[in-house]
Amino acid sequence: MANASTDDPAAANGSDAADPRDLARASQWRLMWLSFRKHRLAVFGGIVVLILYFIAAFAEFIAPFDPHKFNSRSVYHPPQMLHLIDVREDGGWTVRPHVKGTKLVRDPETLAANYEPDPDTKVYVRFFGKGDPYELWGIFPMDRHLIAPVNARDRFFLLGADRLGRDVLSRTVAGTRLSMSIGLVGVALSLVIGLVLGGVSGYFGGRIDAFIQRVIEVMIALPTIPLWMGLSAAMPADWSVVTRYFAITVILSLVGWTELARVVRGRFLSLRTEDFVVAARLDGTSQMRVIFRHIMPSMFSHIITAVSLAIPAMILAETALSFLGLGLLPPAISWGALLFEAQNIRSIVAGPWLFAPGIFVLIAVLAFNFLGDGLRDAADPYSTVGQ
Amino acid sequence: MPPASTAPVLEVRNLVVEFPTHGERFRAVDDVSLELRPGETHCVVGESGSGKSVTARAILQIVDKPGEIRSGEILFRRRATPEHFPDPIDMLRYRANSRPMRDIRGKDIAMIFQEPMTSLSPVHRIGDQVGEALRLHEGLTRRQARLRSIELLNQVGIRDPGRAIDQYPFEFSGGMRQRAMIAMALSCNPSVLIADEPTTALDVTIQLEILELIKTLQTSHDMAVMFITHDMGVVSHIADKITVMRDGRVLESGSAADTLRAPKHPYSRELIQKARELDRPSALRLDMRARLGVGEPIVRANAVRKEFVVSRSLLGKPRDVSVALKDASIKLSEGENLGIVGESGSGKTTLARCIQRVFELSAGEVDYVTGRGDTVSLGPLTDTQLRPVWRDIRTVFQDPHSSLNPRMTVGEIIAEPLLNDPDGPAGPALRDRVTELLDLVELPATAAARYPHSFSGGQRQRIAIARAIGPNPRVILADEPTSALDVALRTTVLNLLLRLQEQLGLSFIFVSHDIAVIRYFCDRIAVMKDGEIVETGETETVCSSPQHPYTNLLLSAVLKV
Repeated sequence: MANASTDDPAAANGSDAADPRDLARASQWRLMWLSFRKHRLAVFGGIVVLILYFIAAFAEFIAPFDPHKFNSRSVYHPPQMLHLIDVREDGGWTVRPHVKGTKLVRDPETLAANYEPDPDTKVYVRFFGKGDPYELWGIFPMDRHLIAPVNARDRFFLLGADRLGRDVLSRTVAGTRLSMSIGLVGVALSLVIGLVLGGVSGYFGGRIDAFIQRVIEVMIALPTIPLWMGLSAAMPADWSVVTRYFAITVILSLVGWTELARVVRGRFLSLRTEDFVVAARLDGTSQMRVIFRHIMPSMFSHIITAVSLAIPAMILAETALSFLGLGLLPPAISWGALLFEAQNIRSIVAGPWLFAPGIFVLIAVLAFNFLGDGLRDAADPYSTVGQ
Repeated sequence: MPPASTAPVLEVRNLVVEFPTHGERFRAVDDVSLELRPGETHCVVGESGSGKSVTARAILQIVDKPGEIRSGEILFRRRATPEHFPDPIDMLRYRANSRPMRDIRGKDIAMIFQEPMTSLSPVHRIGDQVGEALRLHEGLTRRQARLRSIELLNQVGIRDPGRAIDQYPFEFSGGMRQRAMIAMALSCNPSVLIADEPTTALDVTIQLEILELIKTLQTSHDMAVMFITHDMGVVSHIADKITVMRDGRVLESGSAADTLRAPKHPYSRELIQKARELDRPSALRLDMRARLGVGEPIVRANAVRKEFVVSRSLLGKPRDVSVALKDASIKLSEGENLGIVGESGSGKTTLARCIQRVFELSAGEVDYVTGRGDTVSLGPLTDTQLRPVWRDIRTVFQDPHSSLNPRMTVGEIIAEPLLNDPDGPAGPALRDRVTELLDLVELPATAAARYPHSFSGGQRQRIAIARAIGPNPRVILADEPTSALDVALRTTVLNLLLRLQEQLGLSFIFVSHDIAVIRYFCDRIAVMKDGEIVETGETETVCSSPQHPYTNLLLSAVLKV
């Protein structure tokens, strides 16, 4: 070796084996994970997001009842506690999950429904019990639920019931699927538009860039709520739930792509003049290969971050639209559509638990934002590693 | 009680600074002791990562998180008068944000940093920034502070200080900004000035002026100066005392004359010897030329002109252009090293990029003689047509941190130009070639599977060189390949390039701001100023009897060890 003391390749070689985590061979994803892991709140947010998507995927199984099943004897039934320890009359106890029974008592004057505790009945609950039949993903006929009453005809309401006596918990869980997926699908669509237009804008520059940027500025300047309202009002009322769902995602992503396009363009512009991109050009690399082999991998992490921050915006937008009665309409169940029920003052008085879906929206948006923050900090692992 | 004149104003004793990393503690500063005396310049020398900057920051308790001072004492004596000699105070007994510390910072101990652009606030006027400390520490009114600031700017040699005081930092050049920083540091008449590589980011001629300025001010203010640098030339120019640091430890400390003449530690000896190797022709090169000689011209640039459009009219017509290169002509012969020297903004990098046709030419011609003897004019070629030429003329960039894609392994990086060659190796042959190239630049074959972030600056530059020589090039355009490296590493990399020149039959166009490096490496030299070549010739002829005053200025700015 030319100069062992100051520039010793052999010494660096020795560290190959010495470092148990082997940072030397770590790819960008591994470095990102190492730095993401340190961000506790983001890891927590990530876990919450995963749980929410798990719920969305297995909504029928996780919901204790059929979300569409109504019952006039449980209108505005208040939420009930789930008890784990069952105390018998003789004073002994066993672990047996159950819900204390209630009796419907009508006020003799107003005929309003009141639910009084009924000390004689207990609704016993078990895991993986048989309940309302359903078809998982519309394919597999099943009747097992995560929690179900032992006696299939019994009912319990952990988050109360709505004005038709439907179980709010089951409906909220069912709504998770549409609300969480509309974020994903909508962002995927805006990502495609954003990647293509932002990439074209950033790579070619010049007049094409100027034109696309002006279009983006106009899109951003449009007031979103009236735009959404106008577009969704133009949808025929007789469209099926699925058609309507896709129409809404398209409407949302038409507005949402601008932010992503700007991120992509900005990265392109800054990467295009990076030394290693110029070096690739001088290596005789073709334009396509420069874009896909050298520029794109440096952008992925930033795009993932932008996406994780765009999803909650989509979820909020869907909620807002449906809350205004312009998005998904019953019988479709989404968090926004559920909140639509909680719009009037009567609901607030009779059933404040109807706001439960709002809490889910809050949790989902916060979790995504924490996750996105952590990803943003981890997106460029080379700014700290190796210096 | 010791006499005031010889007592140290600042004493660092057994300082330890640690950074927690991955569950362990990394000692950035390990048991460092040093003394600063009034009127004395104490140079702290070391490579990057030796802990010299952290030591300086620890004195003012501004160590970057998560670093923390674990133990030690930092004793400070306020300026003494003959009647009253104060007891030293241990600065480490005060918290970083406490009142006494804030009083000491800026008032008694001032600091100037390497990058004057980032250490001045861009949104405040120079006058407000210089005057801030005066109003804070000396309780001057706005008016008094202004008058004093003008006086200070005048003292640090800023012309027309009455006007400069109302300007913003972006209106200043790098040297002016550093002068303004010094004015700020001096505003409260500090007894200690800590200068952290204050001239590294500056051009050599400006560097000399700033060093002279610090020296003058030190004498007139009777300050103790702690000067942190990696450049032995600077050290030998200004130091009274030298402390050599490595890996957070003090290797040796002593008077400048003794240390430079007879360094005790082998590492200091090596540092000094490496610095002395430059600014004289490399024996390796002279020997090679004597045996092999120089061949026919291979690259010729004729009256190359490059204009950049600064602004366009609404219709897209250029409204304002800046001329980066004015009719530059150079010639490179086979087996020869041509140096292009100039300061920042002189157009030397633009010329290199024009020769390689990365930039379009505004006027003029670049001719390249291929291996078969055909002359190709590069001017009108497209990117696709240039590809075979780019396999013959390769580039080594200045900053090895940005020129290697961090997301590719070293093997992939080196293989990239080979993959793009239709006649290049493939499959196992490609892998063998990568190993061979790594071996040529003296890196182990295992390096191929690793990512650039696990290599040091010098090793990364080797990787960049391996990538450059991959397609068997004939010309290498090296754009400041050594200026991002520690001085001690420079000759190592230059010698590697010279050995490769002999093995592979290369010719070099070597761009640098440092005429000492050029003198070591290049046979002929072109001196550039403001986009023009002001002087060309054999390196030794130009260096021993420069014709142009600017060449003379560049040569006189070289600080010899």
